[in-house]
Amino acid sequence: MTGSRLETATAHTLSLRVDEWNGHLPGQHIDVRLTAPDGYQAVRSYSLAAPADDGVIEITVQRLPGGEVSAFLTDIAMIGDQLEIRGPLGNWFVWDQDDPSPVLLVAGGSGVVPLMSMIRARDRADIQTPLRLVHSVRTPQDRIYGDELTRLAAQAGGPSVTWLYTRTAPTTETRPPGRLRPSDLDDGSNWTSGATPICFVCGPTGFVEEAANHLLAAGHHADRIRTERFGGR
Amino acid sequence: MVHVTRGFTGRHPATDDRLPPGQYLTDDFPVLSAGPTPAIRRDEWTFSVTDGDQALRSWTWDEFMALPSEDITVDIHCVTRWSRLDTTWRGVAIDDLLADVDTAAEYVLARSYGGYTTNLPLEDLLDGKAWIAYEHDGEDLPAEHGGPARLLVPHLYLWKSAKWIKSLDLVEDDDPGFWESLGYHDYGDPWREQRYQGD
Repeated sequence: MTGSRLETATAHTLSLRVDEWNGHLPGQHIDVRLTAPDGYQAVRSYSLAAPADDGVIEITVQRLPGGEVSAFLTDIAMIGDQLEIRGPLGNWFVWDQDDPSPVLLVAGGSGVVPLMSMIRARDRADIQTPLRLVHSVRTPQDRIYGDELTRLAAQAGGPSVTWLYTRTAPTTETRPPGRLRPSDLDDGSNWTSGATPICFVCGPTGFVEEAANHLLAAGHHADRIRTERFGGR
Repeated sequence: MVHVTRGFTGRHPATDDRLPPGQYLTDDFPVLSAGPTPAIRRDEWTFSVTDGDQALRSWTWDEFMALPSEDITVDIHCVTRWSRLDTTWRGVAIDDLLADVDTAAEYVLARSYGGYTTNLPLEDLLDGKAWIAYEHDGEDLPAEHGGPARLLVPHLYLWKSAKWIKSLDLVEDDDPGFWESLGYHDYGDPWREQRYQGD
């Protein structure tokens, strides 16, 4: 582990230097395995948050109440520690950078992590494919990668970024706080179903169900909607 | 080689002899699927068994509900590492659906509404090991968990228990299904941790 930084009060990004890392696709994840002195092991999956940078990969870990692995990674793991990982894993929830279709990303909470990997890949490869991120968060303080996304969105050719607030919105926000609505996903011509964007939806199960159903109702084809859910805890 | 993680003691959460390696127990029922949940009306639902190009048998919802069903209590194991013990279902044994079927096929490709597929050896669906389930916990199976009906093969990782089941195709070759063609294991035995190809 070569770095750790706070993204929000409860989300940490960890940098890991990996021997012989051959790169990965935006959207892929790794398994992290922790081993106690008595041999007890716990394994959890974490999405990669960015393209590899000279053998260094990044994951962003949301600290969960009672989370055995997330609490260790956010509170106890230190720079210099060795962690066992396996990956990259997952070949479905990945963005093909050569696909010219517009990209619509819909995230609930820490579901933004694999989508950020796509946004960063697009930025680093200087790809002009239209891309829009809609990120649903509870409060402005829960905007993981908020500053970076604001900066990228301000660049010429940068992604379009919209935050939706479910509980508390900034005073400048005209949309009243609340859950995802159909109109939240349909305000740009590149992202209507007629432009056949590829849609990636990631977040808690209930959020993903709602978002995917909104997209279907708006005319997006099921084949163009890829989902990744984290359920339970 | 096992590397002990500095500072990690672990919670040693409740465990059980029935918990396969690398799994943890949960009382929740998380959802894993690759796309939107298909909406399938029961009055349009059919389920069929095919052998090659030949449709062997097919049921409407009402016909399927008239088949003899069983109460099923089984442990289930998801490749994303959660397991639930003693889950209760109601459904029809595959043995009953394939009774008197004469086939040279050794494999099955399960096909779902929405396009999902998964491959299994035929013998893993027989001898009381698999069902088409349409109730969970005494209720109609919710769409996000595979309703109206799903395949239930509890001795394999749960991605083999295809949600929104549409047909079982009896096939000679073990061609990979959806997740299997994306790097997941062809068989998927949780007790041998067959998560990914090569495990």
